[in-house]
Amino acid sequence: MVTSARPIEELRQVLAAACGQRLSQADLDLSTERGDLVARIKAADIFEFLKLCKESSDLCFNLLVDVTAVDWMDAREHRFEVVYQLLSLTNLWRLTVKVSVGEGNPEIASATPLWNGANFLEREVWDMFGIRFVGHPDLRRILMYEEFVGHPLRKDYPLQAKQPRIPLRMPEVENTARQMHRPDLVTIRSRRSGSGDTKQEAR
Amino acid sequence: MSDGKLLEIDVGVGGLTTSARPRALGDDLHSETMIVSMGPTHPATHGTIRIVTELSGEKIVDADVDVGYLHRGFEKMCETVDYNQVMPYTDRLNYVSPVINNFGWCLTVEKLLGIEAPKRAQYIRVLLSEISRVSDHLTCLGASAMELGAFTVMLYMMEAREFLWDLIEEVTGARLTVSYGRVGGVKDDLTPDFAEKMAEAFKKVRAHLVNSDRLMTRNRIFIDRMCDIAVLTAEEAISYSLTGPMLRGSGVNYDVRKAFPYSSYEEFEFEVPLGSKGDNYDRFLVRFAEMEQSLRICEQAITRLPQGPIIVEDPHIALAPKDEVYNSIDGMINHFELVMYGVKPPKGEAYQAVEGGNGELGYYVVSDGTGKPYRAHVRAPSFIHMGSMRKMLLGANISDLIPTFGMVNMIGGECDR
Repeated sequence: MVTSARPIEELRQVLAAACGQRLSQADLDLSTERGDLVARIKAADIFEFLKLCKESSDLCFNLLVDVTAVDWMDAREHRFEVVYQLLSLTNLWRLTVKVSVGEGNPEIASATPLWNGANFLEREVWDMFGIRFVGHPDLRRILMYEEFVGHPLRKDYPLQAKQPRIPLRMPEVENTARQMHRPDLVTIRSRRSGSGDTKQEAR
Repeated sequence: MSDGKLLEIDVGVGGLTTSARPRALGDDLHSETMIVSMGPTHPATHGTIRIVTELSGEKIVDADVDVGYLHRGFEKMCETVDYNQVMPYTDRLNYVSPVINNFGWCLTVEKLLGIEAPKRAQYIRVLLSEISRVSDHLTCLGASAMELGAFTVMLYMMEAREFLWDLIEEVTGARLTVSYGRVGGVKDDLTPDFAEKMAEAFKKVRAHLVNSDRLMTRNRIFIDRMCDIAVLTAEEAISYSLTGPMLRGSGVNYDVRKAFPYSSYEEFEFEVPLGSKGDNYDRFLVRFAEMEQSLRICEQAITRLPQGPIIVEDPHIALAPKDEVYNSIDGMINHFELVMYGVKPPKGEAYQAVEGGNGELGYYVVSDGTGKPYRAHVRAPSFIHMGSMRKMLLGANISDLIPTFGMVNMIGGECDR
């Protein structure tokens, strides 16, 4: 393990060499932004690229620091840009990976098979931007509630938008059942309310 | 229970709601699991969070972590104000160590601008960051100790935190929502007698740390509740993107201050304590050891504090001195422009990380060349650490949830943003 960060030029060379076998020069666009290396990848290649970054013994980007997105509206050809921050603990390198995703049905391969930490991060991007991560095991909203309409960090979501009121979530069991993906619990409850249990009304 | 009816027990406001259910009609009682929903206002979860657990007896067989109760739209709000006006919002992320959040934001904007704060400002940033880190760890350990019954330790630690917050107040003028950072430097210089006050406070803090150490570290009850609970191996910790004391507790040597030094951290001597097993006890020991290291850094910073300005002397970034504003037309215009339109970093983006109390606190900011950030994102360690809660809880007892949650040290403001 190195104790101080290795130079960025070395990372650029190693990365270009590692990708050379799998990606053509046109698919990998490396640039330097404020002293950090940024790799722009086509959406179709993202999983392969992240896998390569993680598993290549020269690169060894073993920690997924962050996943977020930027909404560019009409300023760019593709509306959204998903931004990954990777960190190599063995080489102390940082790498920013960017992928453009179109507006129609924004979809991108999930990084959850590579990093468990991607689970919460991708749920947040889905919640805030409505970008779907294909292959994510549990793509629910995370900071907002399920009934929330729209995706608040999109630029066309008004700052002071009002949301429809949602009905009171009375039955704890139903709520819990949905959260734990157990529809069988909901059926138990509906059977109960069908059998003339008046406990709820009494409350 | 065989007729499919549910047993529901409600215990007060925010207490436990328990529902027992049969797995199938005809099963006997022994095959039931029970769903216990803790929070969002449970007294032992000191933070608005809900953890839905499925229990078999006392064993947790499944858990769902529900965050977001304190979501205030930090990132959306950042897009509407200028760069210096974001400062009060960052105070309310990790509100136990707001100074670190301030400086993380400042460093990110400075990276966008391509400037560096003056040396004295960097040292003051280090000094206050480390004081905040100690207060952060004190809060985490004190609250966890109290939840395990060690009330005295909590009182010691809260008093020690009080001494440190007095120091913070001495410099910043506030205790919690300090808004002390400024793009390009800091708001105020240290007070003339800060060094003596700090030495005195540290003496008292160290005494309290010794007392707490005696009460906790080799306490049989405490060890029984903490040891071998919620173990994460180094590989698992890395895979869950953990940073800070959680990652170091699993024995991975990664500290942003050492790996990617900012604010002159490379000029300070300190050690990075590491755990060996990755259980709750290791996380406790790492935090405890880090406090002493942080105090060491503070003492080095105050003895070697360089002279000079505390903020960059650029009227387009920092407010010019008042006599210049009132006595020259240039000064007046610069002041007006800075107040009305804010700092304008060139187009581009930057990711900058600092070592927060809980781990790597990163800001990702996109500038479109105007006075307001086009996009601001916080990489909040608490949020990411909550992603590993389920993994740590599976197979544990329901009673292990409390110390595990304590050692994750989720701060609602940071987790939910």
